[in-house]
Amino acid sequence: MTAQSNRWFWFASPQTFFPLAATIARAAAVLAVLFGVAGLYVGLFVAPTDATQGEAYRIIFIHVPAAWMSMFLYVLMAFWAAIGLAMNTRLSALMARALAPTGALFTFIALWTGSFWGKPTWGTWWVWDARLTSELILLFLYFGFMALQASIDEPRRADRAGAVLALVGVVNVPIIYFSVQWWNTLHQGASVSLTKSPSMAATMLLGMLLMALSFWMYSIAVAMVRVRCLIREDHE
Amino acid sequence: MRRDLLLAWRRKSDVGTALLFFVIVASLFPLGIGAEPNLLRSIAPGVIWVAALLSSMLSLARLFAGDHADGTLEQMLLGAAPLGVVVSAKAAAHWLVSGLPLVAIAPLIALQYDVATPLYGVLALSLLLGTPVLSIIGAIGAALTLGLRGGGVLLSLLVLPLYVPVLILGAGAVEIAGAGLAPDGQLLLLGALLVVAAVFAPWASAAALRISLE
Repeated sequence: MTAQSNRWFWFASPQTFFPLAATIARAAAVLAVLFGVAGLYVGLFVAPTDATQGEAYRIIFIHVPAAWMSMFLYVLMAFWAAIGLAMNTRLSALMARALAPTGALFTFIALWTGSFWGKPTWGTWWVWDARLTSELILLFLYFGFMALQASIDEPRRADRAGAVLALVGVVNVPIIYFSVQWWNTLHQGASVSLTKSPSMAATMLLGMLLMALSFWMYSIAVAMVRVRCLIREDHE
Repeated sequence: MRRDLLLAWRRKSDVGTALLFFVIVASLFPLGIGAEPNLLRSIAPGVIWVAALLSSMLSLARLFAGDHADGTLEQMLLGAAPLGVVVSAKAAAHWLVSGLPLVAIAPLIALQYDVATPLYGVLALSLLLGTPVLSIIGAIGAALTLGLRGGGVLLSLLVLPLYVPVLILGAGAVEIAGAGLAPDGQLLLLGALLVVAAVFAPWASAAALRISLE
């Protein structure tokens, strides 16, 4: 192995990663608070009132970033699981394990705030529509992953079995999403897309992006703290 | 595969139990929600499909358990045949034992639910295409939970979310046909799902089996 690749894998070892994780966790936590305060300020005080939905729309600043994170974290978890399975690196499996509860939390928040948002605007807490249903199934997938890992005593087997499940799940997520799209849908289309200009005021978008950054930093901070706990447990 | 079928044949009661379970679950709904024919007609595809899902899942736990207990599974792992092929054969045997009888008996349930006669073909076809997917995907779950405590409940938690597309497409096909439209789209998607699952899922099940047995 060359010196270059040695440096590349330097932080792949739990021992060397342990102190780094603490630094990252601290920095990410500070950033999460900063972005969160800025995002809430923009979202609650600066952004204009929505023409059709009134003030109720402001929950978007929690709802949409949480929904983004819930899906992104699952993909990230599957990515670490795949790395762990392919390269047999202990830390990757620990990362996947550390991300799962945060992902489940954001999925739950997205569902919960969505239901709060749905009550005043649609007049109902819950509808069986495409997005809601696929988000709910995503929550079940997270629970399945955590339950499988929790019920296997031997950590190596738990990591690898969980990795297979996460990968099967990540293949299934688009299938589930498209299969439920066959139903008539009440959920509004995506407000933000990369291909066309956003259909909302710039300040609303700014608030949402700030909140998304805040959630992102929060996820990093929490995952790092959790991975430190897992490394500790591992060495006992 | 022949061995699996033979074993299943020698224990006919197991097959019968899964089938009976399907029939009983499907008969419980009219008792629970009242026997109003219009209502029954509209919920029939969903009820039949959910009952098929549950019945297929119940017999999954035994897919590898018997071979695991007497060591045959380890022999298969060491044997010359690729593990993916072995897993496919076992899934196929599971389907022949648990899925095919459902296809055969589903029209009878549909009769109880007063479903229009032209829909029987669509219902049978959707089950014919959909239930093998259940066996193939279920094999992954069965391999992952092999020999775990609380395996049965855990298995349902893992497998049922993955069954959702099959349920939506299968029940959707019958519903669309009931509304007088062509169900081709849903059936073709089910077929595509079957092909994709048959190609990729045994690979995942084989990986899961290796993990469970090491």
